[in-house]
Amino acid sequence: MSEVASLNAVEVAYPGRGTVLGPFDLALPEGEIVALVGPSGCGKSTALRLLAGLEQPTAGTVTRTPERGQTAVVFQAPTLMPWADATTNVALPLELAGMAKAKAQDQAREALKAVGLENAIGSKPAQLSGGMAMRVSLARALVTRPRLLLLDEPFAALDEITRRNLADDIHRLWDQTRPAVVFVTHNVEEAAYMAQRVVVMSANPGKIAGQTTIEAPLPRPPGFRTSEVFRNAAEDVSRDLAKAMGHIQ
Amino acid sequence: MSRTLETLAPILLVAVLLGLWETACRLTGVPAYFLPAPSAVAAAMAQDWALLLGSAWKTLSTALLALAFASLIACSLALIISTNRLLEKAVQPLAVALQVTPVVAIAPQVVIWAGLAHPDRAIISLAVIVAFFPIFSGALTGLKSTDPDLERLFDLYGATPWQKLQRLRIPSATPFILEGHKVAGGLAVIGAVVAEFVAGSGGSQGLAWRILESSNRLQTAKTFAAVIVLSLMGALLHAVLQASEQAILRRFRGR
Repeated sequence: MSEVASLNAVEVAYPGRGTVLGPFDLALPEGEIVALVGPSGCGKSTALRLLAGLEQPTAGTVTRTPERGQTAVVFQAPTLMPWADATTNVALPLELAGMAKAKAQDQAREALKAVGLENAIGSKPAQLSGGMAMRVSLARALVTRPRLLLLDEPFAALDEITRRNLADDIHRLWDQTRPAVVFVTHNVEEAAYMAQRVVVMSANPGKIAGQTTIEAPLPRPPGFRTSEVFRNAAEDVSRDLAKAMGHIQ
Repeated sequence: MSRTLETLAPILLVAVLLGLWETACRLTGVPAYFLPAPSAVAAAMAQDWALLLGSAWKTLSTALLALAFASLIACSLALIISTNRLLEKAVQPLAVALQVTPVVAIAPQVVIWAGLAHPDRAIISLAVIVAFFPIFSGALTGLKSTDPDLERLFDLYGATPWQKLQRLRIPSATPFILEGHKVAGGLAVIGAVVAEFVAGSGGSQGLAWRILESSNRLQTAKTFAAVIVLSLMGALLHAVLQASEQAILRRFRGR
């Protein structure tokens, strides 16, 4: 599989805080879902911003093959324009890229239907629940059919049932175009469920503390959360995380 | 407490205070030029209502015109300087200096600059100066208070500076701009009245002139009548601006 993006020995340092990330390497093959797990401040979101091109490394290199508009980000909050309805929010990346408004809105409506929001097409963010707003955010990320999808703790503000439903929706939508996905989370079980590979990071500065590959099909089969594969994967990730936090040697 | 009682409470309080005032005036026999009874003020209002309404409209139209000019100048300036940090640093102290300088201190000079034969120009200019700052400050704050994640998203999708301004910064600033206009509306009335006082010319014929004229003649009941009309006008303008702000924000946010 060809590589969509990679971080090569990158380091990020901020004035007054020193080095917060690196040296750090991460290769993202086409179609792979990678989860980044680690304690707060370990540089997970920084790594994501480097991949998005929203930040430059202090040292090392970032390679990205997707062209403009082929990288999408979903933030921790839905990050919608409160004055615009769901369709206008989703159509934004297409319109910014120069697509005619009518065509962009048509595609946005299709994207909203794909995330199960056909009834919320004209609703404004304040009229949506947290889960619905996050689906709009996901539809906006997917409407451009990105080759690289970056998810920065997208479930952090959602309840357990909504998280589980949205996780399955992401897998279903990912299966249609199979972009490379980086999924940042604090939650071990969530990482083991979502990703094919879980990278555990240690803090100060953020480095790779361990990796676990999960040999199970995507989208996940029914009952996967109670399977031995899932339990073993979650245990491996937990062990790596405990080591990264210095709780065990 | 019932809603009706809450609505009636301020009306009842005013009625009681007016009753006490009327009774005190009648019992003490205080001269009308010193403190007219509410009934005398009401009589003055009834007698001069056409004149008072004309003057109120004169002051209100001056304030509204000043608000429109202030809005245009303040929003344009905020838009221009929000794009350049150095320009913002340069302009900000001047804007603050303009805000903290009492309008009465600069009014005589503005009257001279506008030409003694054109008090209206001076009055509108002074009201614009008073109304300028809240709109400018609100617009500038709003233009700079966009959601940083939305900024990143626009950057990610390669938005041009014009697209960011038009599709992100101006809509983000809208609630702040509306709030600025609400505050500026009240200040524009105050600015217009103060300017009418300083201009001190019968040519303006606004409410301030009615107050000056009647107090110079010791017709205190007429002075009170003009002050009451002025207060009611200010309150009405504030209510209209507040209702407009709420209606626009409801439409803006969808609830």
